Amino acid sequence: MRNVKSYLAATALMGILATGAVADDIAVVGGTAFTMKGGEKIENATVLIHDGKITAVGAGIAVPDGYSIIDAKGKWVTPGLMVAGTRMGLVEVSSWAGVDDSNASKYKTPLALDVAWGINPDNTIIPITRVEGVTRVTVGFGNTKGLFGGLGAVIHLGDDTDLVVRSKAFTTVAVGDAGAREVGSRSAVWQTLYAKFDGAKAHMEKAAEKAKKKEGDKKPKADKPNPERDALVSILKGEMTLIMGADKASDLRHIMTFKAKYPAMKIAVGGAQEGWRVADALAAAKIPVIIGGMSALPGSFETLGATMHNAARLSKAGVKVAFVGDQTHNARLAPQHAGNAVAHGMSWDAAMAALTTVPASIFGMSDSYGTLVSGMDADVVVWDGDPLELMASPSAVIIQGQSQSLESRQTKLRDRYMEIPRSPAYKK
Amino acid sequence: MMVDMKKVRESSRVVGPVLIAALAVGLSASTQAGAAPLKDKKQSPLVTVDKNPYPSSYTALPSVPTLITNVTILDGNGGRIDGGSVLMSGGKIKAIGKSVRAPKGARVIDGTGKWVTPGVIDVHSHLGVYPSPGTGSHSDGNEATQPTTAEVWAEHSIWPQDAGFRRAAAGGVTAMQILPGSANLIGGRGVTVKNVPGRVYQDMKFPGAPYGLKMACGENPKRVYGRGRKISPQTRMGNVAGYRQAWANAQDYQRQWDKYARDHKAGEDVMPPKRDLELETLAGVLAGEIKVHMHCYRADDMGTMLDVMKEFNYQIASFQHAVEAYKIADKLAENGVCAAMWADWWGFKMEAYDGIRENVPFVAKPKGSCAIVHSDSAVGIQRLNQEAAKALSDGNKAGLSFTKADAWTWLSRNPAKSLGILDQTGTLEKGKNADVVLWSGDPFSVYTLAEVTFVDGAIIFDRSDPAYQGVSDFELGHPGEGDAK
Repeated sequence: MRNVKSYLAATALMGILATGAVADDIAVVGGTAFTMKGGEKIENATVLIHDGKITAVGAGIAVPDGYSIIDAKGKWVTPGLMVAGTRMGLVEVSSWAGVDDSNASKYKTPLALDVAWGINPDNTIIPITRVEGVTRVTVGFGNTKGLFGGLGAVIHLGDDTDLVVRSKAFTTVAVGDAGAREVGSRSAVWQTLYAKFDGAKAHMEKAAEKAKKKEGDKKPKADKPNPERDALVSILKGEMTLIMGADKASDLRHIMTFKAKYPAMKIAVGGAQEGWRVADALAAAKIPVIIGGMSALPGSFETLGATMHNAARLSKAGVKVAFVGDQTHNARLAPQHAGNAVAHGMSWDAAMAALTTVPASIFGMSDSYGTLVSGMDADVVVWDGDPLELMASPSAVIIQGQSQSLESRQTKLRDRYMEIPRSPAYKK
Repeated sequence: MMVDMKKVRESSRVVGPVLIAALAVGLSASTQAGAAPLKDKKQSPLVTVDKNPYPSSYTALPSVPTLITNVTILDGNGGRIDGGSVLMSGGKIKAIGKSVRAPKGARVIDGTGKWVTPGVIDVHSHLGVYPSPGTGSHSDGNEATQPTTAEVWAEHSIWPQDAGFRRAAAGGVTAMQILPGSANLIGGRGVTVKNVPGRVYQDMKFPGAPYGLKMACGENPKRVYGRGRKISPQTRMGNVAGYRQAWANAQDYQRQWDKYARDHKAGEDVMPPKRDLELETLAGVLAGEIKVHMHCYRADDMGTMLDVMKEFNYQIASFQHAVEAYKIADKLAENGVCAAMWADWWGFKMEAYDGIRENVPFVAKPKGSCAIVHSDSAVGIQRLNQEAAKALSDGNKAGLSFTKADAWTWLSRNPAKSLGILDQTGTLEKGKNADVVLWSGDPFSVYTLAEVTFVDGAIIFDRSDPAYQGVSDFELGHPGEGDAK
């Protein structure tokens, strides 16, 4: 009880600090802006940032007094990147290093669990990722009991105490080999899912009927709390995105059948290594995919058709593609995945969209993030070259209107060992 | 320098026993002078051990003389030629320079806008021993049954039908060392192979390449045995005791064989010692015939091993992973030990927590250093050029000034040196094996792909020709068979 109280007090305080923080007035001047608005490219662009938002983007806009100026001459300016599929803030060191809050395997109903409770804004992976131009990530559990992955959040990576941009944004469900291992065969996976969602749907309809009947009554009697059912209902209504993990073409076809039964659901596929085999159908069903850009191995019997051309083929068929990085510690490598997809035929615009506007739309935040457009949250990165290139890196990172330091635990180690010291712990 | 140091240590070690042996021979000769003639004594023939019982059956694939012209060449030795030419013939580099004339009947490739490099050599692969698909039945990389298993050989686990070999060819990999895993203090022998298809692994085996021995520092052995089984090692000090006892046993074993050889030479009818496969491999290291490649992350773990190496008079060829190598780059160079590294992997365990993106270039900085970019991954091996590009860029942004030509030494020359095959491959020099990659452009760009990969002058991958894209037996009849990968 005491713990809960102190947690609540702490979160209240964090809220005050977060809202009390003053965002800078910043003008990013002279760069080439890739606004991610329909392939728009603005030379000699000015991006004005005020109170955490982008207030103007265009060529030759006058900079108002009092703005701090970031010179982006000869540089590339893009929205901050967004990477899906991390456990950031929940885990510091993956193996054998104390508590890992991304492991929730002891709790029997993961759909009742919100990752937001475990996110630590002091986690060192956050600045290590931020300095690479990634300004937002999705956070989910790494390990849960059963098919569902718990309630995931989208966080920003600013130097701040409250990182959650959207809680309960999504959940994951394993329907491929991972799901079959969990409950024993794919038949059991789909039986479990249909039973759960049909049950929740029946409850939802009954509740709606009840509410209609009791119209005029004072107060309908509240149900016993059931967070798992609430989550299922939220998925059914399309409020919470359902990321279905599958690679094999036959699993992807089942997902399309599933979606046809529950049309209001907002479904995306995670994995989709054989997505290219059903690309037209995925496009027609308007199911986006979250994939890696460097998979070409028959790593298992569900990824036999894996090819580096997957992203390009999906994208050309009209499927919206988003990229993951290498799990959590190297989520920062998502641009390398995107670059490799371009090397194998994806358009640069689609690859950049896969790191900005597409994840924004999958996770329900297109109205606030993903483009350099007036009114959007000011996540802006200035790069010394093409952001998808191996040798490019950010020279400035702005998150929610705050200019970020480009320092991390790794850059501190680097600086300490630039010249090898006799006694690294001392400054002399 | 590496060889000289070893000689010095060896000579100081053998002075004692040699003198004693000489005295002993003299003594027995003098006592025999008045006794029965030697020829009456029956002596069994000398027993020797075949050091190469699984010989390479590699034969080069068919090739035609090939000249690549007007191309940007990185020679793998730190040199660069713009608008140069490379001629391959009879499996060898025949000529390299600004302008090379095509012999009659040679295939000429216009390399305008393209780059040529030596083939990438990966010193740390588990292809074939942890193949794709990853199944329990083919998971043959770790003999995790006791902490020291020097008696196992990775080559006996290799499944040549692993599709990963052909994908690596699409990334310009021409040779690799396949190692056992890192569960054990001493995991077993590694083997160097050419990246050519084979029905049996011997068809791939790199002729003349010395064996490697995989060892492991740090967390893995103590986790597998101490935590998993409650047997030693449970700690880092337990790890070190394990290596030391193993080397001491190997010294004892070596002495037994030395004595046997000595006694036999002296005419005695002696029984050879019983062969011990574990100690035979370890004795091979002490004799300088097998190269140690040691999985080691933390700087202090590596520092300990440099002293174990001196205590038992052997040479560590390379530290593998070496995530903290940047903290002791000077000591590594002084001791002639290479470090094989990732560009940016970190944080998956405590000993990988201090990883920095400048590790490779920082290690490459001191004079006499030997920095290597490695994969340890069936995915990473497909684009090691990209790892080198990231490392180069990060190092230079931190104030170093390596060139692209310098960076290629991390991918070919230094790996070849650590594997003991630099006399055959690793650089583009006249007379060396024609292990060559033609890239679509600058291989330090993410948009560049290997177009053609040659091993001994023969095509092992051609992006424009499906016949040379390689379909393993396993892939036949499956989705994606023959697809562009």
